[in-house]
Amino acid sequence: MTATIYPAARIVTMNPARPHATHVAVREGRILGAGTLEELAGWGDYRLDGRFADKVLMPGLVEGHSHVMEGSLWAYVYCGFFDRMDPEGRVWAGLKSIDAVVERLAEAAGALEDPASPLAGWSLDAIYYGGRRINRHDLDRVSTERAVGVLNASGHILNVNTRALELAGLLRTGVNHPGIPLGADGLPTGEMKGPDAMAPLGVHTGFDRDLLACDEPGLRRFAKLCVRTGVTTAADLANLLPEDAVEMMLRVTGEPDYPARIVSLRRFYGLTPEELIDRALELRGRSRDRLRLGIIKVVADGSIQGFSARLRWPGYYNGAPEGLWYVPPEHLLEIYERALAAGLGVHTHTNGDEATELALDCMESALRKHPAPDHRFTLQHCQLADAAQFRRIRALGLCVNLFPNHHFYWGDQHYAVTVGPERAERMNACATALREGVPLAIHSDAPVTPLGPLFTAWCAVNRRTASGRTLGEQERIGVADALRTITLGAAYTLGLDGEVGSIETGKRADFAVLEDDPETIGGERLKDVRVWGTVQGGRIFRAADLQA
Amino acid sequence: MTAAGPLPVTVVGGYLGAGKTTLVNSLLRQANGRRLAIMVNEFGALPIDASLVEAADDRIVSLVGGCVCCSYGEDLVSSLAMLRALEPRPDHVLLEASGVAFPGAIAGTVGLLQGFALDGAVVLADAETVRGRAGDRYLGSTVRRQLSEADLILLNKCDLAGDPDAAEAWLGETAPDARVLRTTRAEAPIDIVLGAWTGRAALPAGGGPFDHTAGYATAALDPPERAEPEALARILADPAHGLLRAKGFMPRPGGGMAAIQTVGSRWAVSDAPSDAPSGLICIGLEAGTDFAALRRAVSDF
Ligand SMILES: [Zn+2]
Repeated sequence: MTATIYPAARIVTMNPARPHATHVAVREGRILGAGTLEELAGWGDYRLDGRFADKVLMPGLVEGHSHVMEGSLWAYVYCGFFDRMDPEGRVWAGLKSIDAVVERLAEAAGALEDPASPLAGWSLDAIYYGGRRINRHDLDRVSTERAVGVLNASGHILNVNTRALELAGLLRTGVNHPGIPLGADGLPTGEMKGPDAMAPLGVHTGFDRDLLACDEPGLRRFAKLCVRTGVTTAADLANLLPEDAVEMMLRVTGEPDYPARIVSLRRFYGLTPEELIDRALELRGRSRDRLRLGIIKVVADGSIQGFSARLRWPGYYNGAPEGLWYVPPEHLLEIYERALAAGLGVHTHTNGDEATELALDCMESALRKHPAPDHRFTLQHCQLADAAQFRRIRALGLCVNLFPNHHFYWGDQHYAVTVGPERAERMNACATALREGVPLAIHSDAPVTPLGPLFTAWCAVNRRTASGRTLGEQERIGVADALRTITLGAAYTLGLDGEVGSIETGKRADFAVLEDDPETIGGERLKDVRVWGTVQGGRIFRAADLQA
Repeated sequence: MTAAGPLPVTVVGGYLGAGKTTLVNSLLRQANGRRLAIMVNEFGALPIDASLVEAADDRIVSLVGGCVCCSYGEDLVSSLAMLRALEPRPDHVLLEASGVAFPGAIAGTVGLLQGFALDGAVVLADAETVRGRAGDRYLGSTVRRQLSEADLILLNKCDLAGDPDAAEAWLGETAPDARVLRTTRAEAPIDIVLGAWTGRAALPAGGGPFDHTAGYATAALDPPERAEPEALARILADPAHGLLRAKGFMPRPGGGMAAIQTVGSRWAVSDAPSDAPSGLICIGLEAGTDFAALRRAVSDF
């Protein structure tokens, strides 16, 4: 069989034994080797393909924590404050005023034929509009006939118009709910805060839960975003994986031109711990190259910006109450024990440091019962862990996947409101994790923030907030560490570091094809590295050629 | 109550092992023709005794006597709507919250929904372990908040607990607004837990539907004339009297009939059909209810 050898301007291999190469040879979708042409010619027949001669090749980037739902959300109107690229490559300008939000929604409403169909938007960031709350009258300027609902970037607030309130029977006085502020007229202002207040409005404003759970067009759109951001493997971190979704995902990812490998975790919900293990084992057996199943996800607490993360003393900077548990400790322990016994991986969402502490206590006890030398259990987000917790994490053999994108999007709020200056400066402590020897990944949690490991790397290197503050100089990491983290680091947490994450003999031919060299462009500009596309399993995907 | 009226919903909360599932099964056994719909969050192993299950399909498990059970997953609102659309419609929904959920938050959502009437939040506490749990480093604040959001607390497993009196005294401080009912195997009268009786019809002459030997006391009250139903409801719900439940109808001073319903400190007043019979039935514990003071408060009104 003939190999294909690609010369490139530079190949960054992440293989410490030969960190750079001029050529890479590919056969049967896998890497024969990286080196010089002479070295690679020794493999026998080859064809030289010069298309990447002026490109930089990196191992395909690995997003260790995202959600395929990012693809689904693009069915709604993007209302974010920051520029964001959609799956077709169009960059939607960030909306810098409430008027601009209204204008974009009104334009989308104008394109709808049915005057009664609802209009849904997403990623609104109300904190950036000078303290002014968005109310139903703002959204009434979009439409008074159709229900309009816009989900906040944090996912914790839904802004609706008057019509939506009417349909939900809430355009009345006497509504007494902590998540529903009332105006001077005694009527709800249209801001629905928290899942309990949002729930009655979702169905009226076009947010279809089933669609958000996992739909086929969303899965296809998500893959296009992967190509455009250099991602060849992405974790879909919290799927309920009902049978019809599994079949659809197997079918779609199995198509010859599906460009990404999806690692879909089964979230603990609606099953007993025992049933969860059985289901995960069954799913693991059905994995294919481009759909990896069998890892378990458990959500321990809520989010910091939603004040639902579980914080240790002294709690929230603004005095908000202590947050919510999403799993009873007994269940977390039981899942750990059963998963260790069955050889299954568990990723645990712990935002607050008290949730992290609980996970560590459970892990310590479970490991005593079922010692496991290479379990790859991972704490996801783990945003507020302190140095002592990182030392315990290391001792228990856990990995962490930290969330540096938070610094940029909410760092100023964390500093001023949620956790206060000191903890804001040490949150997502990448440098401490590396120093303590903890296996590290970093993530976007797309759609919470945009998919893009090079942007996430930039966030870890610079720790810059939206207002320009450097949030914790001490926790910045170097470019080389950041690049290893978005390739091998993330692959390790998913148990795939033997297959992907570096360009070396025997691994999958997964490359990020770049126009700029991330090693030399400088940490300041890491986010500006231009992505040409990807090679995934030896198949070439050029972003500019993706079909709408 | 006509079929088109709001569907009453009772939230059942409490930490793992407190007896939520036992209570649900006990209520199903007492249903006696009332169609209960049970909604569970964590479905897994079906929390209903196998002997009560008649048939099961994807979303709904049919139980004996016209009751149903469904898992609401993450979509409480659409699952409730589905139950409401069933033919025949259930008479009452029992919404079993997960072990770490706050019943007050779920009750808040139910209170926002058209076509549903929140009946109350019933929280179970294991008499033996509840104080320990409430002091737990991780769970303490969650357990205390669950209790403080209850209208009615079933202090359960009293047969196993060494000192239920101390547990009850402690509850009085932790959840001062809630009424406490001691139970064994979560056995509590359905009429108290769900308020599922109607008007005077349920009160036989000279007695109540409730077994006095079990320590319950019932009283019928005639609402004072020209009283505002809301003000009267507030008196009935006042913790000083210790009523578990009150229910009935009374004329509004401005015309028309009002329905009054209380569970613990929670009260609700709604419109009632004009032919509804005026009168209130109050239920409490013989030991903990000051009916004399209540009658005085109502007649002074
Ligand atoms: Zn996530």
